[in-house]
Amino acid sequence: MHRTEELYGQFRTLEQQKDSASLGMWIFLVTEVMFFGGIMLAYAINRHTYFHAFAMGSNTLDLKLGGINTVVLLASSFTMAMAVWSSQVGKKPLISVFLTLTIILGFVFFGVKYIEYAQKFHHRLVPGRNFDITYCVNNPSNCEDVKPEELAVERKEIAEAQAADPDLNSHAQLYYSAYFGMTGLHALHMVIGAGLLLWLLRQSFAGRFTPQWNTPVDIVGLYWHFVDIVWIYLFPLLYLIDRHK
Amino acid sequence: MSEQVHTEHIVQPRTYLAIILTLLTLTGLTVYAAYINLGKFNIVVALAIATLKATLVVLFFMHAKYTQRRTQLVIIAGIFWLAILLFMTLSDYVSRIDYRGVRSPISRVTSRGTCPFS
Amino acid sequence: MPTKHYLNATYGIRSWLLTTDHKRIALLYLISVTFFFFIGGFFAMMIRLHLLTPSGLLLSADTYNRMFTMHGVAMIFFFLIPSIPAVMGNFLIPLMVGAKDLAFPKINLLSWYVYVVGAAFTLYSMIAGGLDTGWTFYTPLSTVYSNSAVAPAVIGVFITGFSSILTGLNFLVTIHTMRAPGMTWFRLPLFVWAHYATSVVMILGTPVVAITLALAGMERLFGLGFFNPAMGGDPILFQHLFWFYSHPAVYIMILPSMGVISELIPTFARKQLFGYHFVAAASLAIAVIGFLVWTHHMFLTGQSTYAALAFSFLTFLVAIPSAVKVFNWTATLYGGSISFDTPMLYAFGFLGLFLIGGLTGLFLGCLGTDIHIHDTYFVVAHFHYIMVGGAIMGYLGGLHFWWPKITGRMYPEWLARGAAVILFVGFNLTFFPQFLLGYLGMPRRYHVYPPEFQVYNVMSTAGASILAIGYLLPLIYLTWSAFYGRVAGPNPWPSTGLEWKTPSPPPTENFETTPVVTWEPYDFHHRPDLGLDGSVNPSLAPAHGDD
Repeated sequence: MHRTEELYGQFRTLEQQKDSASLGMWIFLVTEVMFFGGIMLAYAINRHTYFHAFAMGSNTLDLKLGGINTVVLLASSFTMAMAVWSSQVGKKPLISVFLTLTIILGFVFFGVKYIEYAQKFHHRLVPGRNFDITYCVNNPSNCEDVKPEELAVERKEIAEAQAADPDLNSHAQLYYSAYFGMTGLHALHMVIGAGLLLWLLRQSFAGRFTPQWNTPVDIVGLYWHFVDIVWIYLFPLLYLIDRHK
Repeated sequence: MSEQVHTEHIVQPRTYLAIILTLLTLTGLTVYAAYINLGKFNIVVALAIATLKATLVVLFFMHAKYTQRRTQLVIIAGIFWLAILLFMTLSDYVSRIDYRGVRSPISRVTSRGTCPFS
Repeated sequence: MPTKHYLNATYGIRSWLLTTDHKRIALLYLISVTFFFFIGGFFAMMIRLHLLTPSGLLLSADTYNRMFTMHGVAMIFFFLIPSIPAVMGNFLIPLMVGAKDLAFPKINLLSWYVYVVGAAFTLYSMIAGGLDTGWTFYTPLSTVYSNSAVAPAVIGVFITGFSSILTGLNFLVTIHTMRAPGMTWFRLPLFVWAHYATSVVMILGTPVVAITLALAGMERLFGLGFFNPAMGGDPILFQHLFWFYSHPAVYIMILPSMGVISELIPTFARKQLFGYHFVAAASLAIAVIGFLVWTHHMFLTGQSTYAALAFSFLTFLVAIPSAVKVFNWTATLYGGSISFDTPMLYAFGFLGLFLIGGLTGLFLGCLGTDIHIHDTYFVVAHFHYIMVGGAIMGYLGGLHFWWPKITGRMYPEWLARGAAVILFVGFNLTFFPQFLLGYLGMPRRYHVYPPEFQVYNVMSTAGASILAIGYLLPLIYLTWSAFYGRVAGPNPWPSTGLEWKTPSPPPTENFETTPVVTWEPYDFHHRPDLGLDGSVNPSLAPAHGDD
């Protein structure tokens, strides 16, 4: 279909085009809600059945890193919203500034995630691959990044959890299945988001976005905020189980 | 009515600033609450705060507060369908008798055997 | 026939493989789904041939399992779910709403490529020995113990699901934002309403099966444990997640067909559809209530009686809007001027067979009877009455009805009527005995059966052979007629939708100028622009030829 500048040929007006794009993105986000919802259900059922193993698993996560990632993503939502605002009021250079900030924050998130995942691999906490929740407690020399007082607490917690649930290791593996499944899926969506942001940045540098036509910024913004919302739920669900022990 | 002329409401940066500060505060609150022993209610509090944060993001960052009725309906539908998935599945689990070692108070009533009146 | 239209607008394979024209994409889908229909049909023939004797004629137990599994996977995911939406929905929705194309033409093309990639994975699975878990992929057989090609099939179905999601998204946005001036919601053809409802189901349900298959695939490949009891996982969780989609999926398969019937019956009874608003509302009601009943597939998994009662009640509830539609179609026929063209023969077939299929669903939804007939041939017969007797009859009826619009040419009428009758006879001979078999206790998915069931099995296989002829005939004569059929003209039937105001075949942009709609749907008496003003009886005019 023939395209005239910003107006694609199947549409009659720019208004209709923007309307369609926006509705399309919102409907797509609903599919994402159901997609993540499925794995949330799996998480809910398993947490209910194996609470001790899930609590154990959650306490082995680094709350500091999780907290940093939460703050980083919330901030990136702010910068994304500001990028959309900049495009709405026609401040073209600011669009690029805020998009760049969002991308940088996104990459900080990836960096932290990488550190966390690497730690899990090192500590034998990856499902399927010789998973062993007691690995660090039994081999402190191989887990130098965990402080001795933390290991002592962990040893006590594992003993308590094993008393309540003899099959702790299998069930803790379920927790880590949920952890990797949910954060992995989330990270995949963030990678796609980062790609979309880079695409936007290129167009922004070329000065393509105006108050009359800023649809791509708007709808990528919606997607980015959604990815932030998923993390808003993942953080307490994965990092904050039974922390008060 | 296939082309609704919708004048865009431009949210001001100061609104965004207020929202992000609120979100950061709520994040701190949820971590703080996690260290208090509320028993069964820890998860309730955590989810409530998360939902409040998500609501703020949807309403203000995603402009849902200022958008067409139709979009708001799409959002509500998504949340409602997620609720169907979660609650109806959980209703099956919760009513099963002694399922996988987890006995819930409701299952005592709903799974007393074949005749509910015996 | 117009000199320039969408088929000859541009030439070459690239102009087809890189097209964004919804009409061409519809034809790409037509070829793909037809291919998979015959693949599924091949597996069906293997099943029926094998079951000619009680101890099995052709196959080992293991191979038999693969036959019924591949039959189900091919037919459900690669034929039935895309069939009407991807072929007729894609072709007609822009025409019916008065738009130049769907809202997102490139996403439309992407949806076809996604389908093809998923299909490739699944074909690979078939070639690598097939899948033996049943199309339902129950765990832990599929994730741990099966020795068949589960992973590629799971990946294939996962990918193809996104084709569904993209199609549904496109339709929803198009129907909301691309309607021509004057085309209000209640002037839309019911075909469009049906696809709107179908799209709602696609959007809300398919992502759940996507995550389910992703988790199952990861369990098989990487040892995650959500569904594996040995690791503390739960097979029931898989069933919940799977059926949350797969029950609404059956409404994805039937709603578009109902939409076709809503177009056929007014046209061939020459009468306004009775109860338009009720039929539109019923489509939405089926889509919504259909999401609340999935646990009726799990009545025998140890549910509490109270939970089962609740789901059984909801299952009975979802039958009501379907019944409303059947009543309205019947009321449309009453007092109409009925002609028995091929599409109408399929519509009649639909009415009777969908009725039987729907009513037998109530037997299954009722707890007391379900205990006896669950997992028997009664279930098999029930869903084939709906999916073949209902959905496929609607598909073929619609294909014949809109064939002149799609190709510009008519199919051979008497041959087509004959094929429809052959199909009807073959279908009933195949599947009615299966109700009896199930009621008498023959389980499904078994490669052997007690000798006293042989008569019914032989009848069923005989029927399947007749059915096969019934399907091959349209394949041959429709293909022939696309090139050599009689030229049809813009509105051969005639019918009242906006698509019939365009030339046959339509030009690439559908409409020279944006149409402005001022008429109500299915109005056969006040459409002078179509030559329908109540004064001339159109059935006397030579609208279509006999060959």
